[in-house]
Amino acid sequence: MAAELKLVRTPAEEALAERFPAIKASLPGGAQIVKLREAAFERFLKRGLPNRRVEEWKYTDLRALMREAAPFAPIPSDAEAARALGSARTFADLGAIQIAFVNGHHVPGSETVEGLEVVPLDAALAAGASVGPIEAAREDAAYGLNTAFMNDGVMIRVAPGAIVERPVHVRFVNTGGSAFATATRVLVEVGEGASLTLLESHEGLDSAACQLNDVVEIVAGDRARVRHVRLNAEGTQSLALSTLVAKLGAHVSFDTLNVVIGSRMARHQVYLTFAGEHANANINGATMLKDEQHADTTLVVDHAVPHCTSRELFKTVIDGDATGVFQGKIIVRPHAQKTDGRMMSAAVLLSDAGTMNNKPELEIFADDVQCAHGATCGTLDEDLLFYLMARGLPRAEAESLLVQAFLGEAIEAVEDEAVREALIGVVSAWLEARH
Amino acid sequence: MLEIKNLTVQIEDKKILDGLNLTVKKGEVAAIMGPNGSGKSTLSYVIAGKEDYVVLDGEILLDGENILELEPNERAARGLFLAFQYPLEIPGVATMTFLKAALNAQRKARGEAELSTPDFMRRVNAAAQQLHIEKDMLKRALNVGFSGGEKKRMEILQMALLQPRFCILDETDSGLDIDALRIVAEGVNALRSPDRSFLVITHYQRLLNHIVPDTVHVMANGRVVRSGGPELALELEKNGYADYRQQAA
Repeated sequence: MAAELKLVRTPAEEALAERFPAIKASLPGGAQIVKLREAAFERFLKRGLPNRRVEEWKYTDLRALMREAAPFAPIPSDAEAARALGSARTFADLGAIQIAFVNGHHVPGSETVEGLEVVPLDAALAAGASVGPIEAAREDAAYGLNTAFMNDGVMIRVAPGAIVERPVHVRFVNTGGSAFATATRVLVEVGEGASLTLLESHEGLDSAACQLNDVVEIVAGDRARVRHVRLNAEGTQSLALSTLVAKLGAHVSFDTLNVVIGSRMARHQVYLTFAGEHANANINGATMLKDEQHADTTLVVDHAVPHCTSRELFKTVIDGDATGVFQGKIIVRPHAQKTDGRMMSAAVLLSDAGTMNNKPELEIFADDVQCAHGATCGTLDEDLLFYLMARGLPRAEAESLLVQAFLGEAIEAVEDEAVREALIGVVSAWLEARH
Repeated sequence: MLEIKNLTVQIEDKKILDGLNLTVKKGEVAAIMGPNGSGKSTLSYVIAGKEDYVVLDGEILLDGENILELEPNERAARGLFLAFQYPLEIPGVATMTFLKAALNAQRKARGEAELSTPDFMRRVNAAAQQLHIEKDMLKRALNVGFSGGEKKRMEILQMALLQPRFCILDETDSGLDIDALRIVAEGVNALRSPDRSFLVITHYQRLLNHIVPDTVHVMANGRVVRSGGPELALELEKNGYADYRQQAA
């Protein structure tokens, strides 16, 4: 107790502690949501921002990385929103159904198609939509802050049996000259036997040190099919916390890929739980870091029921003084027999000063399962480089070809060809900017 | 065309080439034979520009220019080609992507325009047909899952496509059965021209029945210890390398 009394709050912790009581009455949601917010805020008050002494955050000391708390951005005017969205190019030309956010605020006016419903967060919560499908995520600091402060968002609902052919693209565009914070929540409900391709893009200016915290919660009904791709192309000063929560029903087919090129500090968390048997999940990542960037991927994949398969493949390329973190945990519950889980994290260091921290974990409580994990970290193979150079490719081009091949393994699983090509374009542009 | 003078090379404190001299004229096919460990593969790597070797002395002149200071890709753009003894598998790199990147990189370095895709395809298909390379092979990742023979044919396909002026074949016959050897040799022979030279490195005389050399050089302990005509290869086949091992020791 004495230690807790002595806890010295950082300016950021102080600001957040003062902010919640001041704004909570203005945040969306009824009594049920208020209770969740208050519980999350109490946990924050007790623990503060996570630091390196907290095991799950040992490689990403949020307390040290976030000294000040930026204020929430005001709601942009229609003209500001239109200007920001007009200049954003990520995943353009895919013919997707667009849902837009500017500076963390939903811009109303999405296209509607049969079987797809898009409702603003406040309306969805007022109508009784539930949040937080996975208990374990509630203990997490970034998720908890989002729960306490979530001030805008949408609910995306796909009716049972509906096949949404075009991708649904949630665009997060951040603009403006000064630092601000966001706390967005996207609730996704995919009905039984329904199908959805969900794209998320996050882009912003390099000039402002924004503090972004977004949560996407996907609940997939039995036999649903969900394809999810997320791209962080945020500004180089931003601090981006993101959490994907996914609860999968029986016979669900679920793929997610997180691609990171942006942010000064990015932490992407995945909490995935198999809640129905015979479901299948591919959880992939492709991260490209340079300069002083720091990117953390933290997964908790919970095989709570038998007969499910998960594949986790994370590729990280590190240049300059950048730091990559991978923490992946697969849990197999006592009754989850016939679980098949394989997790791999591979990193390539393009510079001498880069760092990669790999921490794969398996917690297996069932005896008839197949689980494996692997982690590698190394430089590009000099023999392969020599072979390519001996055929005429300059070193930079040879390196690019090998890096593309390395990351390609995580990206090639994307089924939508146009999306896949767009991501390959992201990789090429990143590589070209190196030279 | 290629002049190697007093080449002395070491790797990890071990001297592999020790004052090697060799001249290959324009249009000449020169064979290098020698026992294991005589430095044949090192010679091919050093000419191509592999980093691991320390050149203590000597020079390698390609048409009068010392190429020792050039990067491997700069040597390639000047017309040097090494067909690897063990071609490398590169997962994730499509064979066609690689071929096009290599050809255009060389053309760019020489100030030539990039090839159009139809033009490129025509050249690849012509070379593939001659070397009995199935279209399916070209669709796969470079050398991944190729048999030994397929890898060697892919090396010759690259050579045919890149049209180098000086070709080094490093034990191209190793791991090949008779039929594959014939296909590879035909591919090489089709490229013989008065403007193109070859350095054919091999243990065995067998390859030289198919690719008949103009000159034969024997390497032992890091230098050329004897030179002659094609008859020298036959003599080696009969007597083995014992004499040279003793001479070197």
